Formats: sequence, structure tokens, C-alpha cells
Amino acid sequence: MTRILIGTGNLHAGDDAAGLFVARKARPRLPTDVRVVEAAGDGAGLLDVWSEGDDVILVDAAVSGSLPGTIHQFDAMAGPVPARFNLRSSHAFGVAPGIELARALSRLPGRLTLFAIEADSFGTGAPPTPGVRRAIDEVVDAVVASWGERMHLHRGDAPGDARS
Amino acid sequence: MSGSKKTRTVRVDALARVEGEGGVLVRVKGDKVVEVKLRIYEPPRFFEAFLRGRHFTEAPDITARICGICPVAYQMSSIHAMENACGVTVTGPIRDLRRLLYCGEWIESHVLHVAMLHAPDFLGYESAIHMAKDHPTVVTNSLQLKKLGNEIVTVAGGREIHPVNVRVGGFHKAPSKKELEPLVEKLKAGRDIAVSILRLVAGFPFPDFTPDYELVALRHPSEYPFNEGRLVSSRGLDIAVSDYESRFAEEHVEHSNALHSSLKERGAYFVGPLARYGLNFDRLPPAVQQLAKEAGLPPVCKNPFQSIVVRAVETVYAIDEALRILAAYEPPERPWVDVSPRDGVGMACTEAPRGILYHRYRIGADGLIQEAKIVPPTSQNLRTIEDDLRLFVEKNLALPQDQLTWRCEQAVRNYDPCISCATHFLNLTIERA
Repeated sequence: MTRILIGTGNLHAGDDAAGLFVARKARPRLPTDVRVVEAAGDGAGLLDVWSEGDDVILVDAAVSGSLPGTIHQFDAMAGPVPARFNLRSSHAFGVAPGIELARALSRLPGRLTLFAIEADSFGTGAPPTPGVRRAIDEVVDAVVASWGERMHLHRGDAPGDARS
Repeated sequence: MSGSKKTRTVRVDALARVEGEGGVLVRVKGDKVVEVKLRIYEPPRFFEAFLRGRHFTEAPDITARICGICPVAYQMSSIHAMENACGVTVTGPIRDLRRLLYCGEWIESHVLHVAMLHAPDFLGYESAIHMAKDHPTVVTNSLQLKKLGNEIVTVAGGREIHPVNVRVGGFHKAPSKKELEPLVEKLKAGRDIAVSILRLVAGFPFPDFTPDYELVALRHPSEYPFNEGRLVSSRGLDIAVSDYESRFAEEHVEHSNALHSSLKERGAYFVGPLARYGLNFDRLPPAVQQLAKEAGLPPVCKNPFQSIVVRAVETVYAIDEALRILAAYEPPERPWVDVSPRDGVGMACTEAPRGILYHRYRIGADGLIQEAKIVPPTSQNLRTIEDDLRLFVEKNLALPQDQLTWRCEQAVRNYDPCISCATHFLNLTIERA
């Protein structure tokens, strides 16, 4: 079974980087057969990223009016992401349209779970805000709990390693 | 409504299927449009200020961040401006690689707009998602073509968004022939898809709407323009890029975070595919000219709704040009030429997918940027978009409000506006009583 973790966002736009940080922090902890992908959030491109995935977890930043740092979890197979969730994207065709386009074309993976982290600030060049940083760690733990911890850590693969 | 003194408002608070955030307000009194505002509320991004004090070699990587759809355009305009400031001209395979990179960006940007953002307007769908259920082959093929554009950018530019392989003087690394080879068969297959998309959009119904625009684009002695040429217009403008600021001006308007551009003493002008095509039809290869004719396009087309057809023509051109470059490609011995800074000013204009993108930099002998000016294509078209809305609404006042509003949004999307670029900066309101 092919498992893919996709983190999307913009590394240089504050909390928009949340998905990317989840990917980077989870990568060294996840079993080696899990594919970890960092994506810019181009929804049309996501269809190719998960085309070979049986079980896919997608992490993105969102604005829904909840408290910053709130973690929302959706089973994307069950239906569209609620309209009030503005998944942040600098693209005209972002993550939520990408999911719905895949549904229309019958190109969703076998299973697609979306974690949306409520964002607070999108300042250019700013780091994620404290509440979002905490949420990033919680989502990493949730992904690892879902797919299992890597049994033998290699040198340089310590948690928090920021390789892309 | 004719003869009525009532006012009527058409309002789109948040334009869909455009890059960035903005809105439109059209206020009508009787049968006259009394006010049009393309409200650009996405915040300004101050890139020109970020650039001051940075080293001239950093400009391509910093300016690429202005836009996720057309980063190559920003890189190309910045490096050519820097090379102009330093008295360097890049030729040969490095120049060809730059054209190849631009081919990739035109393909992915044009296909995204033609098939995913603009075609739903003509086919009567709310979005590409709704369209996909009835036209899955069109959408799937378009995604495949867009991916091909991204692949070209990845191979030549290092990654598909915000490429990292571009530097002043050339590239950090030139791709080998072996790395480029897989693109050839994909481009040949992609050409068939591009031609099928062209034939599809050529059959769309287009409103009778042909304002007398002043078209402005680059023109090169022998090539369809990407990176160099003189600035020409359909009313006789023919100037070097270095004279851009003597003929074009920018001004603040109260309702927009993006500056509005105009031709001094003449006003609004039109940049983008329609202008490029109309001023450079004779620079297209005969096979592409023939496809344009078969699609019903005259050599000069001023119906902005047909811009979707011109984008499809340019997509075929970009594929053919990429194939031509790949057939002749020999990697350069060194992928860049040395560029030493000197006190000076450099300007460049290149043809972004949405039209001419002007950069000017003043740099010092220490290589630091002292002043930067960036004029993106969307801000050059803003005044023309407002003029279009004024004319279009007056001609179509008999339409019901929902249809008129939809048509106005479509009229804005004719320009594939990139508000994120323009604010380095869309919603629609039509008020009528």
C-alpha cells in the first residue's frame, strides 16, 4: 500500500508554511516506505502527486474563523471541504478546488485525510505563530500515530530535521 | 432601462478564477455608466523596496517570489535589466535555454487559464470542477499539458515554481541533452492536445465587442517575442525599452492598491496575448499562422473575449518553439557568462504570459541595488479593463442582473489578471437605478 504525506504552503508567508513544516518534521519519524512531499499548493498539480497513493494525508493552512492553531480534520472521501474553510493559496486553483476536481474526474486516492491548521498571520518572511507551531507538532504526532513510528532512526534523521 | 433615470449597480465583491484578491463596481444611471472601479484590495507587496540594498545577483530569486504563476517572467526581466546595466549581452545556447524556460511558463500559465479558469465562462459552468464532470477529457488533457509546461520549467529552471537555476549571466547549471531528451516525445504528444484545445475554444460563442485598443507589445526582428525587442504599438509607437518611462506613466488611484499605467498623452493601452499576436502575427511560423486562420482569427484581433483563442494559439507556438530549441540544443561549455557590476541603470522588458513586464534597476559599482522599478502587465491593463467594463455594460444593459454580472466577470477574466503581481494587487459590483 502506498502512503503519501503531502504538506502544502509557502515557506515564506508565516503560518502558510504549516503544511510544509509538518512534512519536514514528520519525515524522519515515519516508516521509510512513506513518501513525503512538499508542494506549493497548486491544486491541479496535486492530482499527479497522489495518483499512485492508496492512503494520503494532506496538510494545509486554513482560515475558517476558529482560534489560531485549531486543528481541523476531514475525511475528504466523504465529501467536499466545508465552504467556510478558506485553504490559503496564492494560486487561482488551490488545494480545495484540487480535491474537488479530483473527485469530479474520479482521481481521488484510495483514502484522503485532510488536516487544516487554523492560521493567524501570513506575514512575508515571518515564522509561524506560536499557536500554529504547537499545532504543527500535534499534527506530526497524529500522522505518526496513524502510520507508525520509524523503528530505527539513522544519524541526521532526528526529529525536527528540516530537510526538504 | 433606456431612458430611465434610475441607477443600477453591478457588484462583484470577490472575483473568482483570477490570481489574487479584488472586486468590481459598476454604477449605471439611466443608460449611461457613470462609474467603474476595479477595486484592488490585495495589499501592496513593496517588492521594489525589498530590493534596495540587496546585491544585484539576488534580484532574480527575490522577484520570482512576486508570482507563483509567472516567476520565470520576473526572473527574465530582472536578469536582462541587470545585464543591461552591466553592459553584457547573452547569446547562444544560454539565450536559447532562457527561451525554452519561457516556453514552459507560457504553456503552464496559458493552459491553466484557457481550460481551467476561462473555458467554464463560455461553456456555462461555474468552475472547472463543474465542467470536469461533463468534459473530463478536456480537463484531463489540459492538466497533462500544464504538467508538461511545469516539467520544462523544472528541467531548465531547477523546480516548477519559483525556479532556482536562473542567475544573472545565465544558469547555475545547464541541463544535458539527456535530461532534455524525454521532453521531446511529450511535447509532440502535447502539441496534439494543444491543437485540440485550440479547435475547441475557437468554436465558443464570442460577443460582438471590438474596442479600438492601442495594442502594445515587444517586437523582435525575426522572433515571436519573449525576452527582447523594441516596444511597438498599433498606433505607431516604436521605441527602445530604455525609453519606456519617457512614454508610459504610472499613477495612484484611490480605489486600487495597484498603480494604473497609461501612455502619456494617449491614456489606456492593451498588453498581453492579443497585443503580442496582433503586432507579431508575421513572426509566427507558417504552421501556427495556418492554425490561427483555421480557428477564425484574423492577423489582428481586438475582441478581448477571443483572447482565449489567442492563448491557445500561443500555447501551440510555445510547444513548437520548445521543440525547435531542443532539436538544436548543445549544452554551453559554461552555463553563465561573468557579469561584473558597475555604476549604472539597466532596463528590460520581457513578454510575461499576461503581457510586457518592465524592470528598471539602478545599481552601484559595489553591486548593490539602489533603486528598483517593476511594472507588471496586469497594472498596465487595469485602465483598459475599466474601459471595457464601461463599454460592455452600456451595450448590454438589457441583460438581467445575474447575466450582466457574470459577463462582467468574464470580461475581467479576458485579461487573465494577476492581482498578486499588480499589487506587488479582484470582487464585482454593478449599481444601476
